Amino acid sequence: MPESKPVLMQGNEACAVGAINAGVRFYAGYPITPSTEVAEQMAAKLPDLGGVFIQMEDEIASMAAVIGASIGGMRTLTATSGPGFSLKQENLGFAIMAEIPCVIVNVQRMGPSTGVPTAPAQGDVMQARWGTHGDHPIIVFAPSSVYESYYLTIAAVNLSQKLRQPIIVLLDEVIGHMREKVTIPEGKLMVERSSDKTVPADYKPYDEKGITPLVPFGFGHYYHVTGLFHDQYGFPTGDPPQVERALDRIHEKLEKYRDEIVLTNYIGHKEPRVAIVTYGCTVRSARAVVKKAYWQNRMPVGLLSLQTVWPFPAKEVEELAKQADVIIVPEMNMGQLVGEVERYAGSEAKVIPLNRYDGEMISPDQISEEVGRWL
Amino acid sequence: MGNRQEILLTGAGGQGLILAAIIMAAAAVNDNKNVVQTQSYGPEARGGASMAGVIIDVDTIEYPKVTKPTVLLCMNQVSFNKYLPKVEPNCVIIADSTFVSGTYSDDYNVQLFPITKSAREIIKKEVVANMLALGVINAATNLVDRQIFKESIFQMAPKGSGELNQEAFDLGYKLFGEGAGQRINLSAESNK
Repeated sequence: MPESKPVLMQGNEACAVGAINAGVRFYAGYPITPSTEVAEQMAAKLPDLGGVFIQMEDEIASMAAVIGASIGGMRTLTATSGPGFSLKQENLGFAIMAEIPCVIVNVQRMGPSTGVPTAPAQGDVMQARWGTHGDHPIIVFAPSSVYESYYLTIAAVNLSQKLRQPIIVLLDEVIGHMREKVTIPEGKLMVERSSDKTVPADYKPYDEKGITPLVPFGFGHYYHVTGLFHDQYGFPTGDPPQVERALDRIHEKLEKYRDEIVLTNYIGHKEPRVAIVTYGCTVRSARAVVKKAYWQNRMPVGLLSLQTVWPFPAKEVEELAKQADVIIVPEMNMGQLVGEVERYAGSEAKVIPLNRYDGEMISPDQISEEVGRWL
Repeated sequence: MGNRQEILLTGAGGQGLILAAIIMAAAAVNDNKNVVQTQSYGPEARGGASMAGVIIDVDTIEYPKVTKPTVLLCMNQVSFNKYLPKVEPNCVIIADSTFVSGTYSDDYNVQLFPITKSAREIIKKEVVANMLALGVINAATNLVDRQIFKESIFQMAPKGSGELNQEAFDLGYKLFGEGAGQRINLSAESNK
C-alpha cells in the first residue's frame, strides 16, 4: 500500500479516522471528556460520506441506536468515558447476547463517578470485562499510541463484523488526547462484509454450527432478535441443553479466532530476569525504561505490551513467566489486570503490582526504580 | 542542548496555549521531526491553569510528557511562579511581561517580552498573542525551520486568519530581535 505523508494526529481523531476507513457510517453518542473529539470528528466527516451522526439524549439511547443501526446493516461506533460507559453496559450485554456487531470506545478518565474529568486513569479494565452481567465473552483492545488507536479501531470494526461480537476500544486520556506524528497508509482497508454473503433459504441467524452472517433487517429474511436465550432462529428458549449450547457457542467463537484477537508485543532481552507487563499509555513509560535498560545497557529486562487485554493473553504471560523471575505490572489504577497476571504467572514468577492513581501517568523513573530493585 | 527538545507552554485557559502547542507540533512534523504533543488543563474553558507540552526529537519518543523542559513559556504570573522553580538553569525561559513581573534568581535564563501587549497594540488583536509567542520562541531556539513554521501556521489557523497569525509570528521574531525587556529585579532566593 502506498504510504501518505506523515501528519500530526490526535489519538481520538485516529480512532475516528480508523473507524471511517474500516467502513463505519453510523455514529450515535453523547459527548463526554475525554472522548468528545471522536464524536466531533465523526460529526464533521460522516455526513459527507453519506453516513449518519446522531447526538442522542444519553448514553443508554446511544448504545441502543448503535445496535439498531447494526441490525439494519451498518458498521457502527460509539464513544464515551467511564460514567457513560456504565450506562452503556446493559445494552452492551444485549448486543453480545443477540450477536450484534458494534464498537464501543471508552476513553478512560480518573474515576469513580465524574472523578477528575481531564485526568487520565486506567480504572475501567474490569468494567470493560465484567461491566455487563452474565457470563459473556468480550474483546477489549488497549492502544498505546496514536497509530495503535488507528489500527486497533480498524481491527475492532472488522473483527466485530466477522465474529458478530461487540468490541471495546479502551483508550485513556493520555493516548486519546495526545498528538503525535503518524503515517496513515492510503487505500481502503475494509474486509468483506459478513452480511453480504449469500445465505441459504433456510436462514438460521444463530446457527449452532458456528457464526452465520448477519442479514440486515429488510433484506429478505425474517428472524427474531432478543436478549433472551434463543434457538437457531432467534426465538426464546429456556430449554437447558439449548441454553448451555448457546452460551458455549458465543464463547467458542472467540477461542476459535484467538490468534486474530489476542495481540501482544514483546521487546527486550530474550531471557529476561525482570519483565514488565502493561497496556495503554503505561506502555510508553515502560518502553522508555526497556530502551535504556536493555537497548543501551544490555540488562536482562523485557516488556510484554498487551494490545488486547481481554480475552486475557494467558498463553503469552505464562510463557513469559517461564523466563522471568519477576513480573512487574504497572497500571494507573489500584491493581486490576495484575490479578490476571498473577493467575497465569504466579506459580512461576513473582508478580509485583506498581500502581498510581493520582491522575498522573506512571513515569519511567517509577518503573525503572522498581525494575532496579529486582535486578 | 541535545537532540531532544521539551517545550512547555504555560499560562491561563483561553490564552490559546494548547492551540499554539498543536501548531508547533504540526510545524515540527512538516519539518520532518518526531513529535509528541500533550496537555493538561482543568474543566474550565477560560481561566484556570493551562499547560501544553511539545517534545521534538530525532529519535522515537516514548514517554510523552515533558519532564525536563528545555524551553519554558510563561504567559501569566501564576505559571511563572509555578514552573520557574521546576526547570534547570539552562532552560530557555520566555515570559510575557504584560502579565509577569517580580523577582527571580539570576541563575535562570529568563527573557521578558511584551507579548500580549504587542498583540493588543500593534496587531490590534489580543487573540494572536499565542502566535506571537511562538515567533519569539522560534527566534530564540530555532526549533523548526522558520518558513515551514509560518506555512504551518497558515494551514492550521482558522479560515481567513492565516495571514494575521503569520504577521503575529513575524512580530515575535521582531520582538526577539529587539532584545528582551529590562529585568525586573534580581534576587536570588525569592523563587527557588
